[in-house]
Amino acid sequence: MSPNMPAVEHALLRQRTTDLTPIRHLHCTCVSSEFLVKMAKSKAARKSGETMKITSSCETVVQGMDDEDNEELQRALADDIISASEDEGGSDDERKHCKLLEAISSLGGKKRKKLTERSEASIQVSEFTVNAEGEGDKINLSDLIGTLDKTPSALIKTKKQLKNLQHNQSTLETPLTRKETEKIQREVAFEKTSKEVSRWQSVVLQNQKAEQLVFPLNQEPSGPKRIEHVVAGWKAQTPLEQEIFSLLRMNKQPLHDPVLTPTEEASLRAMSLEEAKIRRAELQKTRVLQSYYEAKAKRGKKIKSKKYHRVQKKVMRKEYLKQFDEMVKTDPAAALEELKKMELSRMKERMSLKHQNSGKWAKSKAIMAKYDDGARKAMQKQLEVNKDLTQKLVIPADEDEEDEEESAETLPDFVNDVEPILDQVNPWMRGKLSTEPMMEESNRLDPPVWPREVGKPGEGQDEQEEDEEQMEETEEESLLRGFEERRKLRQTEDVKVAPMPMEENDDGKKAEILEISDYDEEAVEISDDDEEAGLSNFTSLFHGLVNHMEPPADQPKAGPGLRQGESPALLEEGLVRVRTLEDVELLSQDISTSDTALLTTQILGTEETDTQSATQQADKKRKKMIDPNEVLTKEAKVIEMPLAPTAVEDVEDKEEQRVIIKEAFAGDDVVSDFLKDKRKQEEAGRPKVIDLTLPGWGEWGGLGLQPSRSKRKRFRVKVAPPPPRQDQKLPNIIIAEKRDSSIAAHQVCQLPFPFEKPIQFERTIRSPVGRTWNTQNAVQKITAPKVVTQLGAIIEPIAREDLIKDNRQAVTGPSINLESDQGPQKKRRSQQKKQHKRKKN
Amino acid sequence: QHLPALTALSPFPEFPYFIHIHAMKVKVLSRNPDDYVRETKLDIQRVPRNYDPSLHPFEVPREYTRALNATKLERVFAKPFLASLDGHRDGVNCMAKHPKSLSTMLSGSCDGEVVWNLTKRECVRTLQAHEGFVRGMVVRFCGTSFFTVGDDKTIKQWKMETPGYGEEEEPLNTILGKSVFTSIDHHQKEGVFVTCGQQVDIWDEQRSSPIRSFSWGVDSFSCVRFNPVETELLASCASDRSIVLYDMREATPLKKVIMNMRSNTLCWNPMEAYNFTCSNEDYNLYTYDMRYLDKPFTVHMDHVSAVLDVDYSPTGKEFVSASFDKTIRIFPKDSGHSREVYHTKRMQHVISIKWSSDNKYILSASDEMNIRLWKANAAEKLGLLAPREKAAVNYSQKLKEKFQHHPQIRRISHHRHLPKSIYSQTKELRVMKEARRRKERNVRKHSKPGSMPVVTEKEKHVVTVVK
Repeated sequence: MSPNMPAVEHALLRQRTTDLTPIRHLHCTCVSSEFLVKMAKSKAARKSGETMKITSSCETVVQGMDDEDNEELQRALADDIISASEDEGGSDDERKHCKLLEAISSLGGKKRKKLTERSEASIQVSEFTVNAEGEGDKINLSDLIGTLDKTPSALIKTKKQLKNLQHNQSTLETPLTRKETEKIQREVAFEKTSKEVSRWQSVVLQNQKAEQLVFPLNQEPSGPKRIEHVVAGWKAQTPLEQEIFSLLRMNKQPLHDPVLTPTEEASLRAMSLEEAKIRRAELQKTRVLQSYYEAKAKRGKKIKSKKYHRVQKKVMRKEYLKQFDEMVKTDPAAALEELKKMELSRMKERMSLKHQNSGKWAKSKAIMAKYDDGARKAMQKQLEVNKDLTQKLVIPADEDEEDEEESAETLPDFVNDVEPILDQVNPWMRGKLSTEPMMEESNRLDPPVWPREVGKPGEGQDEQEEDEEQMEETEEESLLRGFEERRKLRQTEDVKVAPMPMEENDDGKKAEILEISDYDEEAVEISDDDEEAGLSNFTSLFHGLVNHMEPPADQPKAGPGLRQGESPALLEEGLVRVRTLEDVELLSQDISTSDTALLTTQILGTEETDTQSATQQADKKRKKMIDPNEVLTKEAKVIEMPLAPTAVEDVEDKEEQRVIIKEAFAGDDVVSDFLKDKRKQEEAGRPKVIDLTLPGWGEWGGLGLQPSRSKRKRFRVKVAPPPPRQDQKLPNIIIAEKRDSSIAAHQVCQLPFPFEKPIQFERTIRSPVGRTWNTQNAVQKITAPKVVTQLGAIIEPIAREDLIKDNRQAVTGPSINLESDQGPQKKRRSQQKKQHKRKKN
Repeated sequence: QHLPALTALSPFPEFPYFIHIHAMKVKVLSRNPDDYVRETKLDIQRVPRNYDPSLHPFEVPREYTRALNATKLERVFAKPFLASLDGHRDGVNCMAKHPKSLSTMLSGSCDGEVVWNLTKRECVRTLQAHEGFVRGMVVRFCGTSFFTVGDDKTIKQWKMETPGYGEEEEPLNTILGKSVFTSIDHHQKEGVFVTCGQQVDIWDEQRSSPIRSFSWGVDSFSCVRFNPVETELLASCASDRSIVLYDMREATPLKKVIMNMRSNTLCWNPMEAYNFTCSNEDYNLYTYDMRYLDKPFTVHMDHVSAVLDVDYSPTGKEFVSASFDKTIRIFPKDSGHSREVYHTKRMQHVISIKWSSDNKYILSASDEMNIRLWKANAAEKLGLLAPREKAAVNYSQKLKEKFQHHPQIRRISHHRHLPKSIYSQTKELRVMKEARRRKERNVRKHSKPGSMPVVTEKEKHVVTVVK
């Protein structure tokens, strides 16, 4: 038999397993002849009784076939019959024959179907007295094909399938070895269990993160229970109780959860909690704001300071002007009305002698004005008011004829701001200064710089400081102005950075930078530490000024062509220099104002070249005289500056070098910075005199009274000088002496593991834990131990019920329906669960 | 003139009403008694405090000093050894906790076995369970009976109650096995127990033959344990250096991991279903996640000899290990090094260890016939604490935790005295380890890049995972 036969049989078996009638042989007309031959061959070893049947059936089949096929078949059948007759001879012979056949087939290499040995009677005669012939055999294709006739629709399909099967030469795979199957089984089982175990992951993580774990888990909460729980567990038993309950029920009063009646709930439902909260918050906010404004107004009213009210009034006026402008655009009629009012007030002012400085008060002030700054200011103010009031108003319709002054009046911010500064710093009013009136305008631009810049060289440091202090006072006074000024300073600071390389280029001297920085240095030296910031501003401004003024002064010295082209480019660079996001923001804000400021400075610079720049130059030269070696200690005669060699050596590649250097040292002035640093550190290390004087002990005390000199002397403690610095004789080295070995033993030197930044760690250390610094509750909360166990309580391993509980909770969520149908028992459990969870968290 | 009348009106005559007489501008101080009067005289006096930080400077230095003092005191009070239970006439080989009673404990020696009462520190009952070693014992989950296995190839079930007068000491049940059983463990909830020897057998209490047997190419197992959480899971240590996982419901084992050296015992974490720790011959302990056996997630090092036994604290946060180096160490479950080491002059190789189920005590059984009782927290005060005492303890604990990284505190809190032998051995081991590391580094430096991959400490100890 061909090897694909079992497959065919199998296929058929799948199709017609039900139909196994004895008459199946009669209907195999349509199967191809080849098949039949094979079948016949396969039947050769069967019993004679059956062969008879086959012959008869085959004969009937054969009728419709070709002649050749017919002959073949006949032959085959004849063989069959012969063999069958031999079979009858005896079973022994048959067995021998079979063996022989097997031996032959094995020689041929083809595997023959093994014949089954029948040793039991039950195979021939089944329990149900049905002939069980052929039970031991496999079912053949021919056995199954018989039914094909009955269902012609399936015929073609089946045919095709059979054909396919015939072509298909593959055999069924051999089953896996035991080892392999076990491995697969193990893998599957492991997958299953690991999935099962993974359900615990959330619980484990939760326990790990929990701030406090109380063991044993799932304890009944001790202490008194809530009334709802108690009531829920209780049942009405006596008739009286039942009656009461029925009454309650009739009146729709809550029974189990004495929380809310239906009406109350309905009212609750009318507005959700969220809405109510929002509304309440809004109301609260408005109330707070209202009370805040009221309080503010009251406070403002109470303030006696005239200065304050003046500033306030000014702000109001500005506001009013703004409104007026708006009104002109929107409502011209009302604006006209307003104008009329103004005109009226002007007329009144002109008529009256008010604000003319002719009154008694004004006269007294005029006397004092020589000595008292305040009086002077007050007078000035009066005049100003008068001027303002008597000024003729311009009707907005004829804008063409606008004067410059009036435009200044209408321009709200910029010009108005600067004006008062002008008054306060007015050199005429000060009576101290003796420079040219031309300077006035430049003062306008950088008021805080002014006194220092032009102050007499002979004047001492103290006087300068005084000036500075006065300036600061004025700054405080003008609140709105301050911000503007600072902004300007910042811009000029930015400008400062750029010009350094340019200067170097111009003069061709390498020491230029150093000299300028030395000037810086000196400035720093003069001032106290506190004033340093202000001074740096000053120097920056100075640099800015120098730069703007230099080009005209330098032009005759150096070749004009190149530098003229370069300087504006560098200037621009300086302006647009951006490092951080904040810078960008500032830039966008101030670009307009800074532009105008710079332009004006330039113009001014050109105007007053002869006078101003002359003095400036003189000043600068005086500063330039300082030798770096003098500033440094003696040993520092030769300082290797990174800039020096490059500038000298590469004269040819000047352009390139310059660019590189410019990039590399764009903003830094290394040497002077270093020196500054060092000096600062030395300064910090120097012992300071500790003043322990207390005012009022043993003498009169009070506002403005200083403790006496003797007392101050007595209570001033001088600290012993520290050992000499290690870097005392090393001019170009700073050795930090901050580290104190006695303290270092108590300091953490490495950032501990869970922290990522030192700040985090420091914060944890800095926040105190104890009762001295925290409230009782806070302390309890902070110091709560992570794991709490009870003495003598057995801690069971976590149970699977916990997991299920947890999961269920996660699904349902923590909300508890008060109206739910679940019994009291269930409800209580759910609430306990909730409590448990709360405890965990 | 009106003042007396007003005071008479006031309920507290000594605290008259606030009086404000415009003409005279007299202002009288008034205090609200609620702010300072106690409700009962048992209440603590109320002390108003101002928590303004500017009034309490130097908070960090002050707390630091407190922390330092607390650390020092902790070391002063660290006296973990409580008692020694002597009475065995041979080395104690195994112990068992009672699941329902904290004061009861069972111990099996190399010649018989004893039941102890811990509160009285006396032996309650002695019985000759087996001939030869008692290899393992376990108390049934209900606490009414216990099982023992011994070298005489038998499993015996005993009643927990002492037999009455005249009654004979007889086991409830005896099962004769084919080979020696080395360990036994009982299911958490059902009447099923597991033994191991040449194979892992799962037994039903009602039957005399195992309901299931697992063997996977191994001839002997040293320890088998039920998972206390996922109660159907088991793990065993085998002599072929492997740890095998089983599921009681499956026909085959699940997986096994083969390590460099043999694991002696293992213990499941009672709070984390998938974690277990095994004590290994290579002086280390390994904590595994059973889902990812290819490398342990923590290697616990510190012992200087083979680790013989391990037991988890019932909170699942720490475990204790017993070692051949005559010490006991307590490890936090996720830390590589121990937080505590216990030893005494007379304690020999510690064979068995148990952490009591109230998380307060540790029991160690050692070669020299003694069972020792230790505190799990060496400096803890035993007994009930007053609330203020408790608060103080919590505070100092928190302070220690807060300043633990400061060198002085760290130095003091980490300082432990060790016997000379262990100290020198530790040092030696460190040197050896460093040398090995250096050599490996050098080899790597002089070989083709990539040819010597870096093997982490965790990966080093696992040979393979067999599926």
